[in-house]
Amino acid sequence: MYNGSKIIIGLIIFLAIATFPLYSNFGKSAVMPKPSIDTPVINQLDRKECVESAEYMKKEHMKVLDQWRDEVVREGKRDVITVGGRVFEKSLQNGCMQCHSNKSKFCDECHSYAGVKPYCWDCHFFKEEGQR
Amino acid sequence: MSIDRRKFLKIAGLSGIGMGLSAADSLIKGKAHASEESSLPESGVRLALVIDVGKIRTDEDYKRITDACHSIHNVPNIPNTKHEVKWIWTDTYEHTFPDQTNEFIPTEMKEKPFLLLCNHCAKPPCVRVCPTKATFKRPDGIVTQDPHRCIGCRFCMAACPYGSRSFNWVDPRKYLDMNKVNPDYPTRTMGVVEKCTLCVERIARGLEPACVEASNGAMVFGNLADPNSKVRKILSTHYTLIRKPAVGTQPSVFYVIGGGENAG
Ligand code: SF4
Ligand code: SF4
Ligand code: SF4
Repeated sequence: MYNGSKIIIGLIIFLAIATFPLYSNFGKSAVMPKPSIDTPVINQLDRKECVESAEYMKKEHMKVLDQWRDEVVREGKRDVITVGGRVFEKSLQNGCMQCHSNKSKFCDECHSYAGVKPYCWDCHFFKEEGQR
Repeated sequence: MSIDRRKFLKIAGLSGIGMGLSAADSLIKGKAHASEESSLPESGVRLALVIDVGKIRTDEDYKRITDACHSIHNVPNIPNTKHEVKWIWTDTYEHTFPDQTNEFIPTEMKEKPFLLLCNHCAKPPCVRVCPTKATFKRPDGIVTQDPHRCIGCRFCMAACPYGSRSFNWVDPRKYLDMNKVNPDYPTRTMGVVEKCTLCVERIARGLEPACVEASNGAMVFGNLADPNSKVRKILSTHYTLIRKPAVGTQPSVFYVIGGGENAG
């Protein structure tokens, strides 16, 4: 067989990469996350509602953000969203985080549980309440 | 498994060679029909800037204007000139207008710094070469950039004849005081290109660009497609220069050249 050893080494490397997500999370404790909406702004609201239902936001917030991003950056559609008399900017920093000022408890906990590292925070930033 | 931007780029890089060829192709084709037809758009809006160079005099004047831009947009101050990021900066007369050099121009012109920024060209080569459409021209003439889509290929930097773009070689946050940044505006990240966006975020709120606001009247912003606009009035009554007209990009930034009392 030509280059048999190289093929086998290649296969081992391939398997190591392909199964990385399986073993990289192995043995890590998985405590169910409990995102909290205990922030000063949210606590002052009579009706605690976002631009969509909590159920919908849990599942689809990334799609909402993706759509906002395209509308704002590419199409120049910066019109605000009004729900129940409250005005929301289509913005992660100037929209979402105005209420959800507890990034570590509201965003990070779920993201680390699910093993996702959204690169949003490479550019967008937020100083948590109390750190301001 | 989450695939982060950098991993994605490594994969995308492999297919980058193909994209490079098509971009080079469109650059060559684009050059063939440089600047014949009218630069005024169908939208009826072509946003432009006029800079009255005589009205910007002291070092403080220049600093106030450039700081206004760089502070609200969280542009890092990187001392290493090879890595620096700039949206608005200054350079000499010779570098600003290389095809206008004339040994007999007034000394004050020769020695004066000129404010430079993206020209928001009517025929922007940076847009033509960008393989991801991260750089694009809006109907109002602003050449802006969607950093979410930028893959850092730097074709736009090669294509821009004015050096208006900067590449983030290092993490810009290392050169920003994160306690003093503008919390309403993002930073950028390593591996993307950036430039002046003509303050799209301010224009959307009915404000003028930050540099114009800070210029105390030395810079004027307006719609070039409107014959009654302030920019058009200045252009029709003053002698102005655009940068490198021969390359056919049709800049939307104009320089009023002349003595003391000028546009206004
Ligand atoms: S100045 Fe350069 S970056 Fe700006 S629009 Fe023209 S070609 Fe593009
Ligand atoms: S560096 Fe970014 S903006 Fe420039 S051409 Fe490449 S993808 Fe487009
Ligand atoms: S128009 Fe806005 S982004 Fe461009 S240089 Fe002026 S302040 Fe900066």
